[in-house]
Amino acid sequence: MDIRKVKKLIEMLEESKISEIEIHEGEESVRISRQSMYAEQPQTVVQVPAADARQDLGPVTGGHPDKMETSEVKQEVDGHYITSPMVGIFYNSPSPDKPPFAELGKEVKVGDIICIIEAMKIMNQIESDANGVISRVLAENGDPVEFGQPLFLVREA
Amino acid sequence: MLEKVVIANRGEIALRILRACHELGIKTVAVFSEVDRSQKHVLLADEAVCIGPAASVDSYMNIPAVISAAEVTDSVGIHPGYGFLSENPDFAERVEQSGFTFIGPRSDTIRLMGSKISARKSMHDSGVPCVPGSEESLTDDLAESARIAKDIGYPIIIKASGGGGGRGMRVVHSEAALRNAVSLTRSEALAAFNDDTIYMEKYLENPRHIEIQVLADTHGNVIHLGERDCSMQRRNQKILEEAPAPHIKDRQKRKIGDQCADACKKIGYVNAGTFEFLYEDGQFYFIEMNTRVQVEHPITECITGVDIVKEQLRIASGEKLSYRQSDIHINGHAIECRINAEDPEKFIPSPGTISHYHPPGGPGIRVDTHVYQGYTIPPHYDSLIGKLIAHAETRELAIQRMSMALSEIVIDGINTNIPLHRNLMNDAAFIAGGTNIHYLEKKLGIK
Repeated sequence: MDIRKVKKLIEMLEESKISEIEIHEGEESVRISRQSMYAEQPQTVVQVPAADARQDLGPVTGGHPDKMETSEVKQEVDGHYITSPMVGIFYNSPSPDKPPFAELGKEVKVGDIICIIEAMKIMNQIESDANGVISRVLAENGDPVEFGQPLFLVREA
Repeated sequence: MLEKVVIANRGEIALRILRACHELGIKTVAVFSEVDRSQKHVLLADEAVCIGPAASVDSYMNIPAVISAAEVTDSVGIHPGYGFLSENPDFAERVEQSGFTFIGPRSDTIRLMGSKISARKSMHDSGVPCVPGSEESLTDDLAESARIAKDIGYPIIIKASGGGGGRGMRVVHSEAALRNAVSLTRSEALAAFNDDTIYMEKYLENPRHIEIQVLADTHGNVIHLGERDCSMQRRNQKILEEAPAPHIKDRQKRKIGDQCADACKKIGYVNAGTFEFLYEDGQFYFIEMNTRVQVEHPITECITGVDIVKEQLRIASGEKLSYRQSDIHINGHAIECRINAEDPEKFIPSPGTISHYHPPGGPGIRVDTHVYQGYTIPPHYDSLIGKLIAHAETRELAIQRMSMALSEIVIDGINTNIPLHRNLMNDAAFIAGGTNIHYLEKKLGIK
C-alpha cells in the first residue's frame, strides 16, 4: 500500500470525527485509529505487515517486540522473507520502461538482482539471499522502505 | 519554521528533541535501530523509520541511512542530538549538500572546532584565554618538543588533536619521560581517531571544569547563558553538574561569558555551543569547544528559563534569538545527576528490563528520561538512561531537593548509580562546593 494513500487516510481521519478507519486492498490492509493516550494523534503505520510495535505504552512482554513480529509473520507463511538492507525508495525494475526484475512466480537464485533501492541519489542493486520462487511481492514501485522491511517472500526450492 | 525534522539520535535526548518539536508544531521523524523499536520517542513520533541493525556504526552513525530516511519522509531538517554524528563535519556537510537543514553550526565551524589545535588557535586569536601550549602540532624533532615543554613548564600534557572528551592524552612530569610519551600518544591518537596529530599544553594539577553555554542565530546575534560546573567526573565522564558554579565572582563569570560571545561573533558561530574551560587559581583556560547541545543543558534551562533545544530549532529555521543578553538573568541554583544503568561500585554497565519505575516529583524537580516501566535497555549503547534535575532558590535547597528526589526515585530490575548520587548529596566537600576534577576519583579510591 502506497504511503501516500496512508497519509491521505490519516488526513481524512484528522479532519473528521471518525475515531478509526480500516481499509482492505486485496491482501493488504491498514487500520488507523485515534489513540486517546497520546495527544490525539493517529498512529502512522509505515510498513506492511502492520507494525504492532506502536501500541500504548505499558509493560512490553519479553522486551523484544521486533522478535515477536517476525515470528508471528513466519507462522502464517512458509518461505524466506527478503528484507530491505537499507532505507530508500523501492523500484522493481531497472527503469520505468523495462520489465520487473522479480515478478510473482519468477525463479531466483542467491545473487540475482531482484530490485533497486534508491538512497541519496544512488541506485543500489539488491540481490536475493535465497534460492526459490517469488511467492509474494510486498513492496510497490516507488514505495519508501525502511531497514528490515520485508520486500519479497521466496518459497524455497 | 521547519515543517518536519528527523531526530537522528536515540534515548533521552531524542525524546527531548521530540518534545521541543511538538511545542513548535514541527512534525517528527524518529529513526531507530532494530533493537530500539520500543523507545518512547519512537512510539510518540509522527513517523518512524528503521535505519539499521543494533550496531551504532550501521544505524545511528550510518550517514546514508539517516539522510535517506530524511529523503523518504520528505523531512526538512535533521537534529543530530549529542554524540553519534553531531560533531561529524562530513555528516553536516552531506546533510547540507543533500538539501536538508542541519540543526547546528555550519560544517566548516564543526571542522574548525574538531581539530583541537585549530580550535585553540582560533580562540587565542579571538581573545579567549587558553592553556599555555604549543602553537602547532608536535613534529618528530624531540629537541624541539623538549624546548616547547621547557617553555611551558612541567608538568605538561600531550593531547591528540582529533580527540577530545578526555581521550588520547598523556601527562608528562619531566623531560626524561617525554620521548616515550610523545610516541605512545601519537600511536594511540592514530588508532583511536585516525589522526596522529598531537600537541602540548600545560598540565593543570587541580582544576575545576567550568563551561559556558552560548546561542547564536543567523542574524549575527549571540548571547551566553552563563556557566556550568562539571567537575564531578570519573574517567573524564561527567557524573553530576551544577549551575551556576559556586565560589567564582560574578564579575569574572560575566567577563568570560562576554569573551565567549565575542569569539562566536568573530568566527561566525551559529546555533548552540559550549566553551569548555579548566579553572584554576582564579583563571579560566580554554580547552575545547563542543559544537552541539550537551547532556547537561537542562540545568542552564532551569536557571535562565531558556529552552535551548527550541532555540536550536528556531535558529535553524532562520529566526532571530528569542532573547537579548540583557534578558538573561540567573535564578536560583540547579543540579543534575546523570542516572546510568551500571553497577554503583564497579561501574559495569547493567542493561536489562526495568521491572519497576517510579519517578520523583514536587516543586523544582525535572526528570529527563526515555525509560518507562517494562522498557528494556539494550546493551549496545551507552549507559545513560536519564537525568534527574533539581532547581531551587539556593544551592543548599537544591541539594536538599535532590536528596529528596533521590530517595523517592525507584528503578528496579537493573543496577543504577543512584546510590552514588545519594552519597554525593551527603558528601561534605560537595556540600561545601568547588571540588576539582580529581575529587570524585580520589573519593572513590581510584586515584
